[in-house]
Amino acid sequence: MATLIKNAKIAADSWQLLDRAADGSLPTVPATGDIIVPLPLWQAMAGELLARSGRLGLWLDSAEDPALVADSLEALSLIAVHFPQFTDGRGYSTARLLRERYGWKGELRAIGDIQRDQLYYLSRCGFDAFVLNDSLNAKAALSAFNDFTEAYQTSVDRPVPLFRRRAAETA
Amino acid sequence: MYIYDAVDQRLVDERVAQFRDQTRRFLAGELSEDNFRPLRLQNGLYIQRFAPMLRVAIPYGLLASRQLRALAHIARKWDRGYGHFSTRQNIQFNWPKLEDVPDILAHLASVQMHAIQTSGNCIRNTTTDHFAGVAPDEVVDPLVWCELIRQWSTFHPEFAYLPRKFKIAVSGAEQDRAAIQVHDIGLQAVRNAKGETGFRVLVGGGLGRTPIIGTVIREFLPWPHLLSYLDAILRVYNRYGRRDNKYKARIKILVKELTPDVFRAQVDAEWAHLKDGPSTLTAAEVARITRRFTRPEYQTLDVLSVQYTQALARERGFANWAGRNVHPHKVPGYAAVTLSLKKTGVAPGDATADQMDAVADLADRYSFGELRVSHEQNLILSDVKQSDLHALWQEAKALGLATPNIGLITNIIACPGGDFCSLANAKSIPVAEAIQRRFDDLDYQHDIGELDLNISGCMNSCGHHHVGHIGILGVDKQGAEFYQISIGGAQGNAAALGKVIGPSFAQDEVPDVIEKLIQTYLARRDSETERFVDVVRRLGIAPFKEHVYGNADQKRENRSGQLAAA
Ligand code: HEM
Ligand code: SF4
Repeated sequence: MATLIKNAKIAADSWQLLDRAADGSLPTVPATGDIIVPLPLWQAMAGELLARSGRLGLWLDSAEDPALVADSLEALSLIAVHFPQFTDGRGYSTARLLRERYGWKGELRAIGDIQRDQLYYLSRCGFDAFVLNDSLNAKAALSAFNDFTEAYQTSVDRPVPLFRRRAAETA
Repeated sequence: MYIYDAVDQRLVDERVAQFRDQTRRFLAGELSEDNFRPLRLQNGLYIQRFAPMLRVAIPYGLLASRQLRALAHIARKWDRGYGHFSTRQNIQFNWPKLEDVPDILAHLASVQMHAIQTSGNCIRNTTTDHFAGVAPDEVVDPLVWCELIRQWSTFHPEFAYLPRKFKIAVSGAEQDRAAIQVHDIGLQAVRNAKGETGFRVLVGGGLGRTPIIGTVIREFLPWPHLLSYLDAILRVYNRYGRRDNKYKARIKILVKELTPDVFRAQVDAEWAHLKDGPSTLTAAEVARITRRFTRPEYQTLDVLSVQYTQALARERGFANWAGRNVHPHKVPGYAAVTLSLKKTGVAPGDATADQMDAVADLADRYSFGELRVSHEQNLILSDVKQSDLHALWQEAKALGLATPNIGLITNIIACPGGDFCSLANAKSIPVAEAIQRRFDDLDYQHDIGELDLNISGCMNSCGHHHVGHIGILGVDKQGAEFYQISIGGAQGNAAALGKVIGPSFAQDEVPDVIEKLIQTYLARRDSETERFVDVVRRLGIAPFKEHVYGNADQKRENRSGQLAAA
């Protein structure tokens, strides 16, 4: 079972992830419930999706440009970013752009090949929810958020870089 | 020397703890090999031919004597008593045990060192001029900027899983000794007409299987924008660099496929959002970092020491050494000294634990306790009083570190090659040794003059063969080890990629071929000041080729030309 971590705690997951079929065709949409749809589905039938009763989330694949959803943020309750392999680091930039440039405030979920040893950097780039690979010990993984207690750079979790915070302290 | 503050230390300590836990989980079977690989690589740990290989960062090549002693200790306790200084201002240990690596890292952390991001698809150790801070031709001291880049790149959360490795080099002098034209990003620190510091920014250089000289994408980047501009370049690369083919994943391919103009436009578009944001550097921060560097307390000395000039006149061996291994210094009465790790019969760049300890002592006694690692795989004492040079020479000689060959044919750059590296097509160390033996006669070497000879065991080009005046590349010919030879490459301001002279050679033929190249050069040079590479530039490769292969090749080419024309 995949486990959801949200705000550094194990959480129940009410969302259903809809994927394209192997042949690329779009999935059918369940009448009710909270769903996370792939970008092409949203682009093809935004009207129908908005008319449904459940909440609407959207997921971006690693090559999909977050600019494509910048105008749709108000319609969404969740955005997920897919990591086909954990070594495909495009999603880190996607997350920062969503948070820092397009102003996404809602849940930002990392899905796909997500493991304990990436949680710290993912969280610094603005993810607050993570669907961990099934085989992993989710409880032990929570400690990964505390791997480091400080960071040099500007990031979503610490928008002011260390050198400015340090200067403010000594001022 | 940059001295860590509490946060710098804490981060390195936390990294050790993190890796200790990752190693434990790997050994317990909780972390798969595939999942562990990128983690260990980002801590410098490769799995090589015989054992793991651990690459330790020597940020921008600067090393304190106590750090060198720690490296000696590591070599003795966890390795086989030696280490290999690399062209990237790192040191590699070839025989550590995986389960010992966390302890090694902890020992490194105790002397403000680490192996963070020395491998893997992330931002690597930033390299610079090995004469940074002491070179007479220096316009801007690059060290402070290197440390700022080190901090910015260390655990950068967005750029830990790039398409491929990413290397940044900084130069602040008129002569480029940091190879900035063959790095993913090359930064040339300059001053504008108003005296303000900034950077000329090059991108997309690199060696490897697609050697490319970098392109300037910004002529003058004012220093406050250094980090935001780097963020912009890296973000464009992270998002659009190719991930479908690891041989096309370096930024140089992206720059080439997009064209430099389009790439620059994309970076500028990204930068427009980041510029003047919180990453903008402040004068206070630059001053703070500057203060954390200890600087030698130089004495006021005469420009030229009488003792030194007398010794030069008296002893030919000393004069030979001083002519090659002693370099000018911007402070009167001081000099920088290269301790050659290129003694014949020793793998280029290798140093034993005893040598490391001894060099640490020399650094303490002669050079304010500091030294440098050069990308030519030598060690440098950067601040030696001229009046001490003779005594230092005698001591270095006793240690086998005074081979007077800097800039000469036997100062070979070579990668570990087939003796250690699992990617190799061919060995490099025995080839280096055979060439060193062939040209062992010092007078002959001096007569040949300045010559960079670089050897890589495969296309990955760790030995920089493309930019050697003579480059030797290990190739695989139906399972046998062969060597392809190129000439006319150069590093520095006039960086150029060498041209292959023709079909490759067996290992035992290589010294003869080099000899023939040298004979051609000596016969054709117009004066003793015309270097090998100058003659190649003037005459092209044809006369060299002809002498090496006879003119059989040419005849064949002519004939096919005639046939084609007929
Ligand atoms: C023995 C273990 C080593 C392995 C497995 C290794 C592997 C590699 C690989 C695969 C590349 C090519 C990367 C690419 O083009 O994308 C590379 C490049 C490079 N390596 Fe190594 N290397 C090793 C040791 C060294 C050593 C000892 C040095 C220094 C003497 C070194 C210096 C370099 C440099 C400077 C490059 C950059 C060339 C470029 O711009 O692409 N490596 N290495
Ligand atoms: S050039 Fe090839 S053989 Fe030499 S160290 Fe690099 S990868 Fe290994």
